[in-house]
Amino acid sequence: MALLEISGIHAGYGGANILNGVSIAIEAEEIGVIVGPNGAGKSTTLKALFGLLSISKGNVTFEGRDVTNTPPESLVKQGLSFVPQEYNVFPTMSVHENLEMGAYVRRDDFRHLVDQVYGFFPPLKDKRRQPAGELSGGQRQMVAIGRALMTEPRLLLLDEPTAGLSPLFTGEIFERIVAINAAGTGILMVEQNARQALAIAHKGFVLAGGQNRFTGTGQELLDDPEVAKSFLGGEDQP
Amino acid sequence: MTEVDLLTALPVREFVFFINKGIIAGLIIGSIYALGAVGVTLVFGILRFAHLAHGDMMTTGAFIALVLTALLPGAGALVGLPTAFVLMPIAMALTALLAIVLDRWFYRPLRQANVRPVTIVMASVGVMLMMQGLIRLVFGTGTRPLYVGAKDIYRLPVGDGFIVVTEPQVLLFVFTALCIVALHFFLTRARLGKAMRAVSDNADLARVSGIPTEHVVRATWIIGGALAAAGGTLLALDVTLKPDLSFNILLPIFAAAIVGGIGQPYGAVAGGLVVGFTETLAVFNWAILLRPLKPFLPDWVELPTQLALVPTEYKIVIPFFILVAVLIWRPTGIFRGSVIK
Amino acid sequence: MTNRAGRETLLFAGLAVLIALVFAAQGAAFGTRMLVEASCLAIVALGLTIQWGYAGLFNVGTMGFIAIAAYTTVLVSFPVNGAFWTSNGPALLGKTALYLVVGGLLTYAMSQTHRLGLPKKFRTLLALIAGAATYIAVSGALGEAATHIEGEAGFIGGFGLPVWVGWLGGGIVAGALGWAMGRITLGLRADYMAIATLGIAEIVKAYLKNADWLTRGTLTVSPLPWPVPTPAELGFVMSRAAYLSVTAVMIVVIFVLLQRAWAAPWGRMMRAIRDNELSAAAMGKNISRRRLEMFVLGNVIIGIGGGALITFSSIFDPSSFLPLNHTFLIWVMVILGGAGNNLGTIFGALFVYVIWTMSEPAALFLFDQVAYWGDRLFDWQAPADMTTRALQMRVFVIGLTITLVLRFAPRGLIPERPVKYE
Repeated sequence: MALLEISGIHAGYGGANILNGVSIAIEAEEIGVIVGPNGAGKSTTLKALFGLLSISKGNVTFEGRDVTNTPPESLVKQGLSFVPQEYNVFPTMSVHENLEMGAYVRRDDFRHLVDQVYGFFPPLKDKRRQPAGELSGGQRQMVAIGRALMTEPRLLLLDEPTAGLSPLFTGEIFERIVAINAAGTGILMVEQNARQALAIAHKGFVLAGGQNRFTGTGQELLDDPEVAKSFLGGEDQP
Repeated sequence: MTEVDLLTALPVREFVFFINKGIIAGLIIGSIYALGAVGVTLVFGILRFAHLAHGDMMTTGAFIALVLTALLPGAGALVGLPTAFVLMPIAMALTALLAIVLDRWFYRPLRQANVRPVTIVMASVGVMLMMQGLIRLVFGTGTRPLYVGAKDIYRLPVGDGFIVVTEPQVLLFVFTALCIVALHFFLTRARLGKAMRAVSDNADLARVSGIPTEHVVRATWIIGGALAAAGGTLLALDVTLKPDLSFNILLPIFAAAIVGGIGQPYGAVAGGLVVGFTETLAVFNWAILLRPLKPFLPDWVELPTQLALVPTEYKIVIPFFILVAVLIWRPTGIFRGSVIK
Repeated sequence: MTNRAGRETLLFAGLAVLIALVFAAQGAAFGTRMLVEASCLAIVALGLTIQWGYAGLFNVGTMGFIAIAAYTTVLVSFPVNGAFWTSNGPALLGKTALYLVVGGLLTYAMSQTHRLGLPKKFRTLLALIAGAATYIAVSGALGEAATHIEGEAGFIGGFGLPVWVGWLGGGIVAGALGWAMGRITLGLRADYMAIATLGIAEIVKAYLKNADWLTRGTLTVSPLPWPVPTPAELGFVMSRAAYLSVTAVMIVVIFVLLQRAWAAPWGRMMRAIRDNELSAAAMGKNISRRRLEMFVLGNVIIGIGGGALITFSSIFDPSSFLPLNHTFLIWVMVILGGAGNNLGTIFGALFVYVIWTMSEPAALFLFDQVAYWGDRLFDWQAPADMTTRALQMRVFVIGLTITLVLRFAPRGLIPERPVKYE
């Protein structure tokens, strides 16, 4: 049984559809990567599956349950977590409070999870009393991902986690994502740095014009000359 | 020179007058503005609209306290405090409930219809008028005392003058201070309090984190409504109760909230005090402080008898100018409120 | 389209019947007075619909703009007060103005001293000192002038110019005040503008009420000259009908001009800004400037309406300006009629004002009945101020109407027409 299965969803903003039948499936503890040109509907797919946009056709199942058009509050409780691309921290709250807000839905003791997040992102530990808004871009991204991990999600949705980061930080974030996945969390992310992302992906999905164009393992897509030519830019790019 | 000599040499009488009419008066009105402004700033930060009916919520709270006082006139004597003050917690609870009901009926439907924030501001104007109409219908437009009997007055002798504080004023200081401390602990320690800050910081992310926005909204109205009732009751205890209070207090509390920075409760407290002091000192007759200089000045210098910066009848101008000055020079307020756009 | 036209015809026909009923019940003198007042308020409402319906600007201070325009009308059109001009008053006022100009220039010069290499802190300090000195000097001189004028001449009187000049002047002054307000608040969120306009309205009123040398304060100024023969010359019905013809022509002129402007490229740009600020900004439109234009234009029209209103009432009493009658009633007219639709606004103004006028006797009748039956059935003693309280019921109804319209008919009875683009 797939961890997440999106079958032919249609969705959009105010009548105009952006997604015209997108399908995505990933298994537990896998990394799935969505790539594609601007306006292909990558971020829209994440928002629609997380209940932030209403799906007009098609359905989403998570661990076998139908979660089509379920509000985010309830998805968080069911084991999904979402990191938006921008404005993804509480700027005036400290790093520690940001993590606490991530754990808002749980009533149990979550101190070990805070330690786990500091384990994934050691720089945060020293800054835990600092307001998140005062951190560097890379560190803010760590807070954002850490916040989403506080519910111990089975699937973490990341919307362009490396957008606007320097190559140095980009590499670091990808390393952490692999580490988080190795600890047992499934990941579905949208990425502009397509080559780097596909390199760590178990499954890759190429979207264009709101539809699936290519699907395969990360390596298959990287090796496919058609994909490389149309969607990954020049051969020599890192 | 010893301290005693210094005291006798100084114009103590004038100084005491200044303390009474300037400092204490400013502190009192500032505390009341603070209680209102905290609610305004929380609602503005979390629900993202200027709640123009807040002044009426304060008056309504005071009128609820009035009704309770009439129903249970003996309650105060039991503990030796003014009856209205003893019953104030009930008035606060009822006003909090009223705030939630008003939100359910008038604001939430608009919020769910995703209207522009300014439409909700306008709905709050409608609510303001409804509350004003009802209060005047039930209680008339006249003035009523909320403090029954003669006020206890405490005199602190300084030199040959007295620093004068009345009982309601002492209660007001103590209560406001307690409220602010309690609010501080709630917002920094309690789970729901932190969630309120989170929604104020980034409402979308709070939703994505699974924070139930409607709980936070309810908490906001409870705190805002309760503090409004307290502010209204204490103001009415210190002066008198009349329906016009709400309109007079609206501009100062918004000025205080904006001075303090939207969404910043401590800022609202500071803003309340800033507005209260500025208002009091601007209408204060500074000529009295010049009087002791008279013997040292040549005879041809004539000291003015009236030297207030602003005549009392233009008091309303002061919060307005503070508001405008802040909007021009520092729209985020002194405590750097949330991004205003 | 026919459906819409039918609806409009039906609504206006209903309104005509309603007005006819008022005429039949209360007589022509009452009816014409109501219509003139309604038409003046309709002009004000047209100004507000520009601000709210066209530009989405939340002006809760119409009372202030009406009041300042009303006073300007009085100043321009009231007969000359000879006692003032022969007294020392003009000289003293001239001195005050001189202080203001010199002090203002000095303050401005001080605020520019950083150009001479002065540190910014010094500059601010100097400018503040100059500003404070100016304030003290000007308020001292003004106080002296005020005392003198009040003692010698009562108040400064007017210029004795034609009434229409006064209305125009009122519009211009209200527009100028709006310009100053707009410069401060238009860049910020609409909420701030609401609070600021609420404040300015109260300040204008406080000033007009207390500056006796200028307005006679609570002593009031009357009778104000009319642009048409007064009731003393023609009788109530005829003179009011003549006045009504003047205001009706004004409404038609303003209406036609607005309709044409709205259909023109200017109107299209305004709608674009209102409906999608971001894309309009991306297209290089200067949004704040356009909004300021709207706000000022709206206030000019509000001012003209306010001038016409005060002239008709024939008495200038600063305390008669009430937020309820001069701000919120007009808001109800605009949103009930249909914000952004000029025809709807005019309909709303007439309809709401008829209801408002008739609600006074209705509320009194209702509460008399309540008091009567309360006394008979429950031995309940009605409070002595029952009548004033009964009228408060209308405040409640206005508030309720605002909230209900916003929730259930946010576009009003005659909604804005969607404009087709070819």
